[in-house]
Amino acid sequence: MTPQDRDYLHAILKEKSGLVLVGEKDYLLQSRLMPVARRHGMESVSELVAKTRTPGNNGIINDITEAMTTNESFFFRDKTPFLHFTETMMPELLKDRSGTKKLRIWCAAASTGQEPYSLAICLKEMSERLAGWKIEIIGTDLSAEVIEKARSGLYSQFEVQRGLPIHMLTGYFSQAGDMWQIDSSIRAMVTYKEFNLLESFAGLGKFDIVFCRNVLIYFDQLTKAEVLDRVANQMNPNSYLVLGAAETVIGLSDKYNSVAEKRGLYEVKGAGAATVGGVDIAKPVFVPRSAVSGAA
Amino acid sequence: MKNCLVVDDSNVIRKVARRILEEMNFAIDEAADGQEALDKCRQGMPDVILLDWNMPVMDGMDFLIALRQEENGQAPKVIFCTTENDVGHIMKAMRSGANEYIMKPFDKEIFEAKFSEIGLI
Repeated sequence: MTPQDRDYLHAILKEKSGLVLVGEKDYLLQSRLMPVARRHGMESVSELVAKTRTPGNNGIINDITEAMTTNESFFFRDKTPFLHFTETMMPELLKDRSGTKKLRIWCAAASTGQEPYSLAICLKEMSERLAGWKIEIIGTDLSAEVIEKARSGLYSQFEVQRGLPIHMLTGYFSQAGDMWQIDSSIRAMVTYKEFNLLESFAGLGKFDIVFCRNVLIYFDQLTKAEVLDRVANQMNPNSYLVLGAAETVIGLSDKYNSVAEKRGLYEVKGAGAATVGGVDIAKPVFVPRSAVSGAA
Repeated sequence: MKNCLVVDDSNVIRKVARRILEEMNFAIDEAADGQEALDKCRQGMPDVILLDWNMPVMDGMDFLIALRQEENGQAPKVIFCTTENDVGHIMKAMRSGANEYIMKPFDKEIFEAKFSEIGLI
């Protein structure tokens, strides 16, 4: 791969998906894009790049973007966010929304479905407290291929052994040849959509919980800030945002408050607004690192 | 440092498991079948047992049943680690007192996930 190829790939990835590669990342480009090249009957990434420069090859550009933005995902990845979900967010929201008994949850980087299905399993396990409630889980991802896999609910033996306790495997999955398929009752709890975070959120509606983990890391600072602000606009008053363990809103958006001692968990107090009645309520609560032991 | 007894009739599997578990900070002992494992447990119960199913002399299921009847035999966590990957085998193992279940082939990530699932790391 030539430096020109690399610059070209960095530019189209930024343009098409907002993905910013810091440093050269040649190994990453090479390892993710070689399979794409082979799939299109080519021998090298350079050949793939040359092909995208000719007209009428948007399909290849989409394949490149997908290959570069796809993450490997685990069930109950990092565990802590799911504890926050069942022990903090859900109890609070069940109280706060008891008038409407409606909740909408958005997994903004749903990947192959492990995160939304993990949340669906959590809800299933607390179903006796949810009688009469209508809870929607929307999973979106940039990649059509991963959304299709998410919808199928089919996972390899490796995938179901990463993060999923054995009693949940036997409780919520059945064998389908070499694969394991999550039960239709769990699948029915999640709606998947192909969606680019750089596009308008207007059609998505309002949410009470947004999981947006390990996706902002691909954006530059300006794009991160802009996405976080637009996510806040999609949130009902008194809602929660969950970021990845290594991510923060601090210095990027003033629309969220850190939840004390819950690392990666943020609240939106007003309806996506930084101020209510002229009083700034969105000052981040800084929690010293020593106070967050046990988190993450 | 926690002790892990690796029970498998394959020398290769025992070596691979040992390498991963030593990286995870476990002290490793090995047994090539259920009877050898039971003898070792009678001398001192490990914290966790990684247990193959199909072995000569005494298989993993017979070992598990015998172990749980021993004095202190409830103490060790038992993780099956076997090529048996159907729901029937998994359910039988869990009913018989296993704590977790790994379907071969395994890798370090699966070991870490399963060991943390039952509070060992």
